[in-house]
Amino acid sequence: MQLVNRKSPPVDQVGIEDRIARVTARSIKSDMKLEGLKMAISMIDLTTLEGADTIGKVTQLCTKAQHLCNEYPELPSVAAICVYPSMVGVAKKALGKSGIKVASVATAFPSGQSSLEVKLLDTKMALDNGADEIDMVISRGKFLQGEYDFVADEISTIKDACGKARLKVILETGELGSLDQVRKASDIAIYSGADFIKTSTGKIPKAATLPVTCVMLEAIRDYYLETGKMIAMKPAGGISKSKLALHYLMLVKEVLGDQWLSNEWFRFGASSLANDLLMQYAKSQTGAYQSSDYFSID
Amino acid sequence: MAVKNKKLFEFSPALESAGHIQLKEQYELFINGKWTKPKSGKYFKTINPSNEKVIAQVAEADEADVDAAVSAAEKAFNGWSSLSGKERGKYLFRLARLIQEKARELSVIETLDGGKPIRESRDIDIPLAAAHFFYHAGWADKLEYAFPNRKTEPLGVAGQIIPWNFPLLMAAWKLAPALACGNTVVLKPAETTPLTALKLAEIIEEAEFPPGVVNIVTGAGATGAAIVNHPKVNKIAFTGSTEVGKIIQCATANTDKKLTLELGGKAANIIFEDAAINQAIEGIINGIYFNQGHVCCAGSRLFVQESVHDEVIQKLKARIENLVVGDPMDKNTDIGAINSKSQLETINKYLKIGKEEGLEMFQSSCSVPSKGFWCKPTIFTGAAQSSRIVQEEIFGPVLAVQTFRTIGEVIQKANNTPYGLSAGVWTDKGSKIFNLTQQLRAGVIWANTFNKFDPTSPFGGYKESGFGREGGVHGLESYLKFND
Repeated sequence: MQLVNRKSPPVDQVGIEDRIARVTARSIKSDMKLEGLKMAISMIDLTTLEGADTIGKVTQLCTKAQHLCNEYPELPSVAAICVYPSMVGVAKKALGKSGIKVASVATAFPSGQSSLEVKLLDTKMALDNGADEIDMVISRGKFLQGEYDFVADEISTIKDACGKARLKVILETGELGSLDQVRKASDIAIYSGADFIKTSTGKIPKAATLPVTCVMLEAIRDYYLETGKMIAMKPAGGISKSKLALHYLMLVKEVLGDQWLSNEWFRFGASSLANDLLMQYAKSQTGAYQSSDYFSID
Repeated sequence: MAVKNKKLFEFSPALESAGHIQLKEQYELFINGKWTKPKSGKYFKTINPSNEKVIAQVAEADEADVDAAVSAAEKAFNGWSSLSGKERGKYLFRLARLIQEKARELSVIETLDGGKPIRESRDIDIPLAAAHFFYHAGWADKLEYAFPNRKTEPLGVAGQIIPWNFPLLMAAWKLAPALACGNTVVLKPAETTPLTALKLAEIIEEAEFPPGVVNIVTGAGATGAAIVNHPKVNKIAFTGSTEVGKIIQCATANTDKKLTLELGGKAANIIFEDAAINQAIEGIINGIYFNQGHVCCAGSRLFVQESVHDEVIQKLKARIENLVVGDPMDKNTDIGAINSKSQLETINKYLKIGKEEGLEMFQSSCSVPSKGFWCKPTIFTGAAQSSRIVQEEIFGPVLAVQTFRTIGEVIQKANNTPYGLSAGVWTDKGSKIFNLTQQLRAGVIWANTFNKFDPTSPFGGYKESGFGREGGVHGLESYLKFND
């Protein structure tokens, strides 16, 4: 692997912010908005990652995933449920043959401060319980120390362990310090075998932002131009409103193109976004905003 | 996964409404604070270039009308120039605030009359116009601090002739410093885009400016010539083509009229291999396709370091496909209508020349409306300094791409033009930026950005791009004489 010698291109923060200002000034209306709302729902990784997660809580979340809004059967279901390894079995059973995938965080989530052996065991536990997707975290400490080979080796080892399961690599961009670093981490993850690159764990205050996502999408685009291979993207944390979700989709469309506009190539890691999307969708159908009491909160 | 044929998540129309604007069917001349019928009795039509529909009739000022306007300005000069700076500042602050209040109406009229996207008139033209009045209002009572130990005096009557690419913004660039310094003005907007200047006249009325301080006369070249040649005009400020600028300079030679000219440009936009390429692409797009390329400081000559040429061109082409071309009133439109039929003819002439010179032309695959004047965003690759599309100003959405190998080479080539208005440099290396900016002969140089404007920053050119500066402290000098 030639990672160490590979130089990531510089990122201009002011330029990225200008670009985002352009995207968020776009006006998303009528048909486009409806299509976007449905698309966003289908891209959600409905997430619960708490110390307090119980069988009951995860089962309820799985029920919600399968019955998002009984009033509007035309709506798609979410892409996946995202849980800790210990809850994968529960989720798998609750989701049955619904087609909704089970994603599991692993590798000493969220800090990643453990040995490779433990991380592998963590991953194996999730896989043995039936996880379809693994959301791993990178070792940010090692990355910030400049030990890029270590980070890359870890990712490729986990990737090997994943087998058929798709691997999402969480960069925890809020801890990386600059957009240049985000780009570098994205390149390392992509070249080490990530199927997805993902912004955040959701466990620190600085979660996904549009500028960070733009940089990661550019890394994906540049890799695609070089190799013809598509990598998927998942912003996570801090996306709870429909309008913001639509701006993300707009950005994906502008940077990567229509090919990426499906839940195979783009996901939102979110818990409360689903209900806001439902509320906006219901508004488009009835002409009025409904009380949040009309949307279940599992 | 197979790529679907149908495009996903396409823009739905998001039209700005024009229901709230107030436009008269016919506009007279604004002379001495009154709406005056033209002595010529003639009117001309102003149309919407995106659908060729007539919006209004506008009076055509002849020599006699211009004479009346200059006389009114001359009469008003004593009163206006002897007002304290603080009082003059109050009028300008009031004007700035009224522009802000009417921003939506002004944006819509600007877009209807000129064809530029509503996004630009709403986010750039109108807010910047207000900002220019605010900025200069602040200078009105601080001229002695702007020029310490020097005694300043206003010049008298300023004749100002402005272009059609940023109609209200250019009016603001001209009026604000002239008025702040104590001059009175006869302003002529361009014949294809007179409406926002006339709306500005209404706002000036509403702000209760003393009559004659600002006079707005509409018309074409002959009206402009009448202003330039009027013996009682003390200062000419012109923004427009180099061709007309030369005529004006000849006409004012042998007179004591003070002159500033802001003319054409053919800016070099230079992208080095160590640049943040993805952001540079955005900058190139903004540099050449902003306002359909009707920008004197547009980055129309792109210099790409050979090692990154293929990547840059590939990404540029992909990005162009994403630009939304169409109805300027749609909030999602990136590129609107070409300002006039004659400008479209000029652009098309250059497209033909480019192809005949054997350059490779790439255009967006977008469709354009059948009515109105349109030009798809265009890139020519394989250009050289000897290509005519590199040498001459096109004033349209047409980018000419050349490659270079070394920094010395690109500096020489960038300066190898009769123009010198602006330039852009894209590199991640600060030392390279400073090296280049010292050697490029251009009035404005942007580093890792393009087409950024601010009232505090002086703007103007070298060589055939004109002389004199607008904006900042430098801009005040053009409207003052110094009695030391």
